[in-house]
Order: sequence, then structure tokens, then C-alpha cells
Amino acid sequence: MMPLWVEVSVALLLVLSSVFALIGAIGLLRMKEFFQRMHPPALASTLGAWCVALASIIYFSALKSGPVLHGWLIPILLSITVPVTTLLLARTALFRKRMAGDDVPAEVSSRR
Amino acid sequence: MKRLFPAPWLSLALWLLWLVLNLSVSPGNLLLGALLGFLAPLLMAPLRPLPIRIRRPGVIIRLFFRVGRDVIISNLQVAWGVLVCGSRPPRSRFIKIPLDLRDANGLAVLSMITSVTPGTVWSELALDRSILLLHVFDLDDEAPFIEHFKRDYERPLMEIFE
Repeated sequence: MMPLWVEVSVALLLVLSSVFALIGAIGLLRMKEFFQRMHPPALASTLGAWCVALASIIYFSALKSGPVLHGWLIPILLSITVPVTTLLLARTALFRKRMAGDDVPAEVSSRR
Repeated sequence: MKRLFPAPWLSLALWLLWLVLNLSVSPGNLLLGALLGFLAPLLMAPLRPLPIRIRRPGVIIRLFFRVGRDVIISNLQVAWGVLVCGSRPPRSRFIKIPLDLRDANGLAVLSMITSVTPGTVWSELALDRSILLLHVFDLDDEAPFIEHFKRDYERPLMEIFE
């Protein structure tokens, strides 16, 4: 049997995490422009994922009555891999918008 | 030794990662993890990673918690911005940040920090690494933001990597 505080805090963390994932998805739908739309989904991969990881650490540590900490690897590995796609998307969008003559800043490098 | 273990820290980190993932220190897992730590850097050597020198562990830990705090704050700001975007659209825009950090590894970490933070997207780095183009979700005045960026992220990274 789990202690009550474990059940309550795990449930709260999971609900909090899904709320952030949901807001991220709503943001993806409601934002008007590509670069604005890149921001909200990051909610799911940061605070959303952190809350799930913390919930899993608390739950399994209580279940096995000892620290089970490997859930923290998920946020760490996510923060290493997510920037790869984010950067690729941002760079591609910027390149295409410049080619199309949209309203984006010019290249920041001065040509040699 | 240097030839066998071109990146000793990476080898150690992979070994520990393997043991933590498997939650076991049985001889078999110790051996498999060591094999991973031995082979992965050798397979990555053709990518010619820049040698890395890490100093000031205290600064690293402080930066880690600073980024964690800022990511949580940024999460709440972006979430709020999404919820009220019907009545008050976010003031998204690009800003140019002059950079003093030149070390490639430091810049890689800086790009990680900006990508992980929901409110910012790393958009372009000038060829000479002197200017960074950043897209910010909701920003009123850019001067305080640039000052915060340079003071809280760039300066610690310069202390760690340069």
C-alpha cells in the first residue's frame, strides 16, 4: 500500500504535466506564424517531461522503498536531443522565408 | 592511453549511463557498459570533436540551477501567453545579441540552453560568431533581456570553457 502523500503528489504531478502538454498543443494550433508556433510545444518537452520524470521517481522509489533515480535521465537526454530538431527547423524556416522574401531579419553575417 | 580513450569523460559518462539505465552493477553489465564507453568515443573520433577542457565545477552547478529556474519561469510565461493570446497576442520578435563567447563547445551549450527554454529559439549565428539572432516569444523591451542573457548564460559559459 502506498502512503497517501505519495499517491497525491504523483497524481498532481501527472495532471500538471498533462496540463502543460495540452497548453503546448493548444498553442501550436492557435499561434499565427511559424516562429511563434515553435515555442509552445517546448512546454511538453520541458516542464511536461520533468513532472512525469519526477512522478515516476517518487512512485517507484516508494514502491521499492529505495531511491530509483534513473527517471532523471529522460529530461537530460531530452535536453540534449530536442535542440537538434529545434535548430534544424528554425534554420530551415529562416532560409525559406528569406528566399520567399518574407518579413524576417536579413543574414547577420557580413559577406566577405 | 590517449589513443585508446580519446574522450575519457565521455567514456566514463556512458559507462555510468549504462549502469544507471540497467539499475545493476552485475559483472555482465559492468563489462557491457565499459565496452560501450570504450567503443562509442572511438566510433565518434572520425567526427573530430573539439578537445574539451572543463573548469570551474562550481560555476557549472550554479549555471545548471539557474537554467532550470529560468526554464520553469519561461514555461509559465509561454503557457500564460498561449492562454491569453486571444485578447493579447504575444509580442514575438527577433532580436540580435552581440556575443563575446567564441568557444565552439560553449556555443553548443548556449544553443542547448536557448532551445530548451520555451520562450526562445536559436535562429542564426553569424559566421564569425559575433552576433546571435534569437526569436523570443513575448518581449517588451530588449535591453534588459540582452543583459540577462549575457550575464546569466554567456559569462558563466566563458568562465567554464575559455
